[in-house]
Amino acid sequence: MTQLALVIDLNVCVGCHACVTSCKQWNTSGQAGPLFDDNPFTKDPTGTFFNRVQTYEIGEFPKTETLHFPKSCLHCEDAPCVPVCPTGASHKRSEDGIVLVDYDKCIGCKYCSWACPYGMREFDEQQKVMKKCTLCVDRIYDETLDERDRKPACVLACPTSARLFGDVHDPDSDASVAIRERGGYQLMPEWGTKPANHYLPRRKTELNIHEDELVRVDNPLKKEDIRHETSKDVSLDDWLM
Amino acid sequence: MHPTFAVIFLTTLIGVGQGLFLALFTEQSYSAINLLPAQESSFYVTGSVIAMAFLVGGLIAAIGHLGKPIYMITRAWRGVTQWRTSWLSRELIALPLVMGLVFLYGVIHYFGWDANLLGTEEVKGQLTLVLGTIGSFAVFALFIATGMIYASIKFLQEWATPLTVFNYILLGGASGFTLAAAYSAWAAPELVGFYAGWAMIITFAALITRAASLIRNARIKYKSTIQTAIGVRHTKVQQKAMGMMGGSFNTREYFHGATAAFFKSVKWIFLVLVFPVPLLLLWAGMDGSKALLVLAFVTQYVGLLFERWFFFAQANHPQNLYYQTV
Repeated sequence: MTQLALVIDLNVCVGCHACVTSCKQWNTSGQAGPLFDDNPFTKDPTGTFFNRVQTYEIGEFPKTETLHFPKSCLHCEDAPCVPVCPTGASHKRSEDGIVLVDYDKCIGCKYCSWACPYGMREFDEQQKVMKKCTLCVDRIYDETLDERDRKPACVLACPTSARLFGDVHDPDSDASVAIRERGGYQLMPEWGTKPANHYLPRRKTELNIHEDELVRVDNPLKKEDIRHETSKDVSLDDWLM
Repeated sequence: MHPTFAVIFLTTLIGVGQGLFLALFTEQSYSAINLLPAQESSFYVTGSVIAMAFLVGGLIAAIGHLGKPIYMITRAWRGVTQWRTSWLSRELIALPLVMGLVFLYGVIHYFGWDANLLGTEEVKGQLTLVLGTIGSFAVFALFIATGMIYASIKFLQEWATPLTVFNYILLGGASGFTLAAAYSAWAAPELVGFYAGWAMIITFAALITRAASLIRNARIKYKSTIQTAIGVRHTKVQQKAMGMMGGSFNTREYFHGATAAFFKSVKWIFLVLVFPVPLLLLWAGMDGSKALLVLAFVTQYVGLLFERWFFFAQANHPQNLYYQTV
């Protein structure tokens, strides 16, 4: 079984929002119709986005660290938003595990958004239906595009390659290898939703070099002490020669 | 959660309608075994019409919860398809079923149709008795479906308890029996004591379960924390930016937006209006005082609106962890 997902590397995300804007651009221009925007250029702008980048401060000044946290649908393997939908509009595709909303079946009751612990769904105030990240399903299978472009818009836009896209059920995919080898984790594992998207933690690269590794105690130069004057005392060498 | 008036009116109105139907049928089944005086069919017909009015009112309120009212005609029929998994779908099946059965119950009483279903000529109104029994099961199915819509979302921890279902059953039943007491003051004064007594018992039972859920919710330990939400193990994590400045669906849908003082006062308003005041008025109205019984129902219904507002507002959605600078 295939489960497409994103793996987001928090270690390299710089919080530039390029994934947010490229996501909005791609998904507002597609055949599913525009994503609603209200007051985009005036006071209190608001609208529907599939992807947001949030910023957290970890620790207390001066020992703080800034974490930029991209947040989009996690395409849970046991998605709680799917069984609650009364009309079947909210569904999980069996072929690739993408969780989608059929905008033509949705009645806009918002029950699925209540049932998502992550708050990943956003209601479209113009179309009056629930919307969410589609993992660019209209792009990743588009054979008119170059093969390297058949990836979600956010993945292609990321300048630091913080977003990996792949099948997390294929143990050899880039995404699976990254999760396995770089400590990939899931959000709110306590609810058993089994999010397909994973996050790679912030890491610090530290060199652990001790003094005695820089200055060798058994340095042969020091052993023979050739940098000092030769002893005037009779040495073993003199005696042997 | 943000309290939606469509759902507040939907759940309270159908609760009254369901409770009133149960009250009518209770009377009929008691009278079938001669525990209560038998009533003219007009008593059940008018009662069914009133119950229908509340159920239809609830249905109209439910339209307000859809994205567009037209979805009621174009799309809502799909709502019956996911009954295997969705409690909302089950409610969408149970509500028309209850409405249909209440309608039939009234119609059969109106025309006085009967059939010998139980194999005895002595019991009158067997057709309506059988239909009423089916209707009562449907009413309970609807109560359970309504309650389970909320109780089945496990991470809304204030709702995820069997008490939620009991509250829906008992609060709906209490308001329905209180209305039945007021109705009987006009239609059948000899039943006022019976209905007012049961209304008091159910109201008192509802007080126990609602108080239990308030006590339970006051000491909830939330499973999700900001640490599990973003997966960072540090005792001090502070949100600096939510990803937008002008607000979004996430900042509107999941917060009640009221002040702490207002929130707290709503709790005491509903605790007073739903329980002690109607109990006193019902007790005082046992002699058949129409004004007191109507006042008891109106007070309790208004109190239930506050109760339902508080029910929604109190639920703390874990997604709010991602929106802490609201």
